[in-house]
Amino acid sequence: MSTPTVKMTPKFDIRNNSVPKLRPAKISVRHLNFFYGRNQALHDISMELPERMVTAFIGPSGCGKTTFLRTLNRMNDVIPGTRVEGEVLIDGESTYAPGADVVELRRKVGMVFQKSNPFPKSIFDNVAYGLRINRLTSTRAELAERVEEALTNAALWSEVKDRLNSSALGLSGGQQQRLCIARALAIRPEVILMDEPASALDPIATSKIEELIFDLKKQYTIAIVTHNMQQAARVSDFTAFFLLGKLIEVNTTETMFTAPEQKLTEDYITGRFG
Amino acid sequence: MKLSRSDRIRRATSTVMTSLTALCTVAAIGVLAIILFYIARSGVRSLNLHFLIETPKPVGEGGGIGNAIVGSALLLALSCIIGIPVGISTGVYLSEVGRGWFASVVRFLVDTLTGIPSIVTGVFIYAVIVLRMKHFSAYAGGIALALIMIPIVARTTEEMIKLVPHSLREGALALGAPQWRVTLGVVLPAAAAGIATGVMLAIARVSGETAPLLFTAFGSRFFPDGLDRPIASLTVQIYNYAISPYDEWHAQAWAATLVLMTLILGINVTVRFFTRKKF
Repeated sequence: MSTPTVKMTPKFDIRNNSVPKLRPAKISVRHLNFFYGRNQALHDISMELPERMVTAFIGPSGCGKTTFLRTLNRMNDVIPGTRVEGEVLIDGESTYAPGADVVELRRKVGMVFQKSNPFPKSIFDNVAYGLRINRLTSTRAELAERVEEALTNAALWSEVKDRLNSSALGLSGGQQQRLCIARALAIRPEVILMDEPASALDPIATSKIEELIFDLKKQYTIAIVTHNMQQAARVSDFTAFFLLGKLIEVNTTETMFTAPEQKLTEDYITGRFG
Repeated sequence: MKLSRSDRIRRATSTVMTSLTALCTVAAIGVLAIILFYIARSGVRSLNLHFLIETPKPVGEGGGIGNAIVGSALLLALSCIIGIPVGISTGVYLSEVGRGWFASVVRFLVDTLTGIPSIVTGVFIYAVIVLRMKHFSAYAGGIALALIMIPIVARTTEEMIKLVPHSLREGALALGAPQWRVTLGVVLPAAAAGIATGVMLAIARVSGETAPLLFTAFGSRFFPDGLDRPIASLTVQIYNYAISPYDEWHAQAWAATLVLMTLILGINVTVRFFTRKKF
């Protein structure tokens, strides 16, 4: 028996040798519906995000890709009047179950926002924030070490190491975004969600972020929303195409951009609409 | 370059409007400057060290306002201890926690409270505290002033917190911060400078209040000897001296006014220094 949603789950084509070796699913989404009040924003989404791979969400504006991303760390909870049906499993555990701890979930699933949002604090305090509130370090030296590690992983350390105590708001746009990535990395999450992390940046800053994503996937499972199809093609292993709140197709990025299964995907990617 | 008719009219209008706003600014600031200058000139004549540290004496013997300075400071401290935490908490509740009809009712009541004449507050405290205790006291005065502070602090806190971008809250929540830590560690510090302005406004407002102190703190000719006793204050002292028939006391009232204004200015500068935007 196959339902329409089953058709939409990724089909990893074993005929194609260049397909990355399939890893177990870090996140599984099952029949997810999402409502803003009476408005249904997501319709019966089912998909899997493989461990330590980059999955890109593409689609025209308002198609629900950001809403979907935000269901993965329950960030939509803070918007009044929203409702979720269905299941999101991380390592097999349901995150919307009654006993699930949202704070614990967000420690595991970090997020980088579209517009960089450093706190009006020093560079050091920004990165240390998550470590402090979650009490992940016990000594000052350890804290400093973790901050350095996070900044290094976010490819920002060399640029800020002499000004850790100056304001984060004095950094350039690209640096601020990498600071936000460092802030997310500092608490060593397992998954990183990125909501158009480079949309407000110039090409040089964008390429730095993209290189960073490439490095980060060795350790982290990454989901990235992007408006930019070239970017999806450059950074991701899998691509999911959303349209009007529905998941049209999930596939390896290569298949998606060369021989998509759905006509709608092909039309979007070739620029016939959107 | 030849300007068309409409261009010339536009430029002329712009010049007239700019001059008009400048003129109004000068008028507003000018009046303030004249008041300050007049107070300084009238007040400085009776100002000396004895005046600042002595207690009042009968007419012709000098005397000072030392007790009133200490009394005002105590009353202000009392009202701040009560008013600032309650006010800020109310503001945080209104902006971060409160939803629905209850928050609307609270907001409406706070606005109403802002508009209550201060003498009414004084009479109210007289009725519920002074009459029960059967005597005037610094406590009653401090509570009356706190009641005036609370709505001012609450509303500015609410407005300032609303200005903190939502993205900052989401950023903190996404790092696994519980709501209360987001409010305490991210939102309040980001709004601190604005909240301080509200607190300053409230302090400046109550330090100039006389009416609510008349039936609560009452006044005293001696240095304070306990918070459950009547206590002197600069404003009440100024009032008493100003309505007296003696020129010497009038001069002392001017000097006390100068002292009061200097103190308010001092508090203002100090608070601004400690809450200035560091980042």
